[in-house]
Amino acid sequence: MAELNSKIPKGLLPQKWTDYKNHINLVNPPNKRKLEIIVVGTGLAGASAAASLAEMGFKVKNYCYQDSPRRAHSIAAQGGINAAKNYQNDGDSVYRLFYDTIKGGDYRAREANVYRLAEVSNSIIDQCVAQGVPFAREYGGLLDNRSFGGAQVSRTFYARGQTGQQLLIGAYSALSRQIKKGNVEMFTRHEMLDVVLVEGKARGIIVRNLVTGAIERHAAHAVVLATGGYGNVFFLSTNAMGSNATAIWKAHKRGAFFGNPCFTQIHPTCIPVHGDFQSKLTLMSESLRNDGRIWVPKKKEDAEKIRHGKLLPTAIAEEDRDYYLERRYPAFGNLVPRDVASRAAKERCDAGFGVGETGLAVYLDFSDSINRLGKSTIEARYGNLFQMYEKIVDENPYKTPMMIYPAVHYTMGGLWVDYELMTTVPGLFAIGEANFSDHGANRLGASALMQGLADGYFVLPYTIQNYLADQIRVPKFSTDLPEFKQTEKEATDRLQRLMNVKGNQTVDSFHRRLGLIMWDNVGMGRNEAGLKNAIVEIAKLREEFWKDVKISGEPNEINPELEKAGRVADFLELGELMARDALNRNESCGGHFREEYQTPEGEAMRNDEDFKYAAAWEYTGESAEPKLNKEILDYEFIEVKQRNYK
Amino acid sequence: MNLTLKIWRQKNATSKGRFVTYKVNDISTSSSFLEMMDVLNESLVMKGEDPVAFDHDCREGICGACSMYINGHPHGPDKAVTTCQLHMRKFSDGETIVIEPWRARPFPVLKDLIVDRSAFDKIIQAGGYISVNTGGIPDANAIPIPKVKADLSMDAAACIGCGACVAACKNASAMLFVSAKVSQFALLPQGRIEAAERVQAMVAEMDKQGFGNCTNTGACEAECPKEISISNIARMNREFLSAKVCAPKVKEMNEGGG
Repeated sequence: MAELNSKIPKGLLPQKWTDYKNHINLVNPPNKRKLEIIVVGTGLAGASAAASLAEMGFKVKNYCYQDSPRRAHSIAAQGGINAAKNYQNDGDSVYRLFYDTIKGGDYRAREANVYRLAEVSNSIIDQCVAQGVPFAREYGGLLDNRSFGGAQVSRTFYARGQTGQQLLIGAYSALSRQIKKGNVEMFTRHEMLDVVLVEGKARGIIVRNLVTGAIERHAAHAVVLATGGYGNVFFLSTNAMGSNATAIWKAHKRGAFFGNPCFTQIHPTCIPVHGDFQSKLTLMSESLRNDGRIWVPKKKEDAEKIRHGKLLPTAIAEEDRDYYLERRYPAFGNLVPRDVASRAAKERCDAGFGVGETGLAVYLDFSDSINRLGKSTIEARYGNLFQMYEKIVDENPYKTPMMIYPAVHYTMGGLWVDYELMTTVPGLFAIGEANFSDHGANRLGASALMQGLADGYFVLPYTIQNYLADQIRVPKFSTDLPEFKQTEKEATDRLQRLMNVKGNQTVDSFHRRLGLIMWDNVGMGRNEAGLKNAIVEIAKLREEFWKDVKISGEPNEINPELEKAGRVADFLELGELMARDALNRNESCGGHFREEYQTPEGEAMRNDEDFKYAAAWEYTGESAEPKLNKEILDYEFIEVKQRNYK
Repeated sequence: MNLTLKIWRQKNATSKGRFVTYKVNDISTSSSFLEMMDVLNESLVMKGEDPVAFDHDCREGICGACSMYINGHPHGPDKAVTTCQLHMRKFSDGETIVIEPWRARPFPVLKDLIVDRSAFDKIIQAGGYISVNTGGIPDANAIPIPKVKADLSMDAAACIGCGACVAACKNASAMLFVSAKVSQFALLPQGRIEAAERVQAMVAEMDKQGFGNCTNTGACEAECPKEISISNIARMNREFLSAKVCAPKVKEMNEGGG
């Protein structure tokens, strides 16, 4: 077993990051100009890292598959961003944010990383305000906050229901400034196909120009992957259509360990599935749970009548409604963490109390809040979300309760990284959702934006220097090195192989089938038999894909079908690893719920004795089983407890 | 529902395009416009034909990628939605739908319904930012901002950069897009510091990219999926005039060490 060195600095928890910064190697200004860094992705993590590194003087090359860096999927985050400012005087602190995040992650995250995240959270808010991010404010002119799941304080900063958009545009504007200055070279409509290793170190990438179809080689002294999560392995998710795992999966196959692949977040409040032709799912922000109450009918016959359109939810009397979150978790009520809320919804629907045409929906009801606060207040808080709901579902949520159901939203797993955010491949870094680091087995609401920007603005720009300080004598790489030519050839061959299959089934049809296998077996509830079945089924589907996929068009032009095919081919491999990881983890924790391991009340049963580790999977070849490496999680400063939201 | 689609097909930036007619059947009224396009494309792939290329990504109305000119309207007939949030219930059975790309010289067609909107990025690069580096920032609450101003700034900042305003305008003017960014910053104390330089640099870049001028027809506001107000254009004109009159001329805002 390879030795995993997490490089956690010594010393007391609150001093670790400061001590680390005081003692790392730095790169002086003239040397920075000689060093090139590739950043793949322009979401919150990628754009903020590219801009910050360029401001410091490094030469940065930044890539995105979209037509503009402003379109990365961070833009779709709605609810907010956490920080430990304690502006509301409600007892918040860095320690509390750290503690809530560790607990929310069900004690499967690295203590030192999470503390650092909480520590830099406040600087993020300062930075964004200085960039002109129009956060919500009180009448006195100061910043407003709201609450999110898994916390008993109000620490979430927001810009209506478009917080991700505003933060991303902030990072994008900082990036744009550096592009104009010539410090960042921007490559839009370029997709990374592989990472190039020279003498064991990451030295470049192979990309496809999505307009001309040309395969290009790009070299640098270090490579940073900020390519987001892999939720689209489920086909239906709240991710963007183009969100994909190709960059991290190819990095994995080149030697980067994959951390906790089975940790997937199923978000409790999404608009329910409405038909076979559906292409994606739409999230309704968790912030709605501040003022909305979740319920299903108490009587099965009422639920049945509703499903057949014979009864309206508004006609059900108060005493015949089951506010199941308030009933089961009185202390946190509708604001329990996402994994708990999702499972509770599934439990009610599986038991026959679900509503909507399919029975796979629960109500999120605002009538109490509208009565208490008035329609105008609710409109000011959630107007755009209500409007979005009405556009999609064609029902007015001011009058009839919203219907919601859990959907795949975020992946806590990702490339394993050490404290410096470096993967097991030297010179290859992973930041934001692409890494596995800070959220453990479950991410709290409004913490993804925090982590993406923490990594990009405040962590990576320091830690990458500790690596680059060593590299100042290394001259710029030529992309004519045999390693570049070889990796390029492999990428080109693979595309040609895909084009040559000339089968009978579309890429989407394979993707849909993979999604169903994943949702049924590696989704909200998992068990040994299902996971074993998934491993077999995915392998079969993968084989069928390479024999029967049909791709139209040519490789040397804009070809969305070929783009999708490459991504689905990688999902077909990653999906299997997720199932293997879930099968290995014989416990329930956070978003990973193994049906065999639950209390009589249906709560998750963790097994700290055997599984208090991060699983870091090592790729061992096409036909070989992946190898499990373990990073044992030591909790020096907090007591590991049963998670309790009652 | 069954529909007839007349879609602009163009192989690449240099070739000539034309309308091609397609039929799609059994489309659910609760599917989105792009899901209807997915159905068409699946059938084209199965027939071995080239599917219709179009930009899209988030499919929840926020990334700004989708850009179809439908029956003479950017993003189609419904108000305040992007193409991805337009639903088929807004059309009737048997209808003929005409689908074109954004038509504006600064947005050249790359293929079918995909256009190149990098001119928008160039305008932002010219000055659509506040010149602060990462770190060393005072506390976020150090400068209180009146709620009314913060809200107005947010109204302007809601722009998704899709380009519908340009496509809607007979002059292919980008004034609504540019003024939204100018306004977002002009309304905030943090943005006031470079306000004069910013508006001049962004307007100069807008002109350089070949966008037309504003003649107050209001088509941009009417078609904007985020309902960005045309009053932003008035604010930008005021900012521009006062910058020209009062502030020293600045060619490139980042030359001054911004």
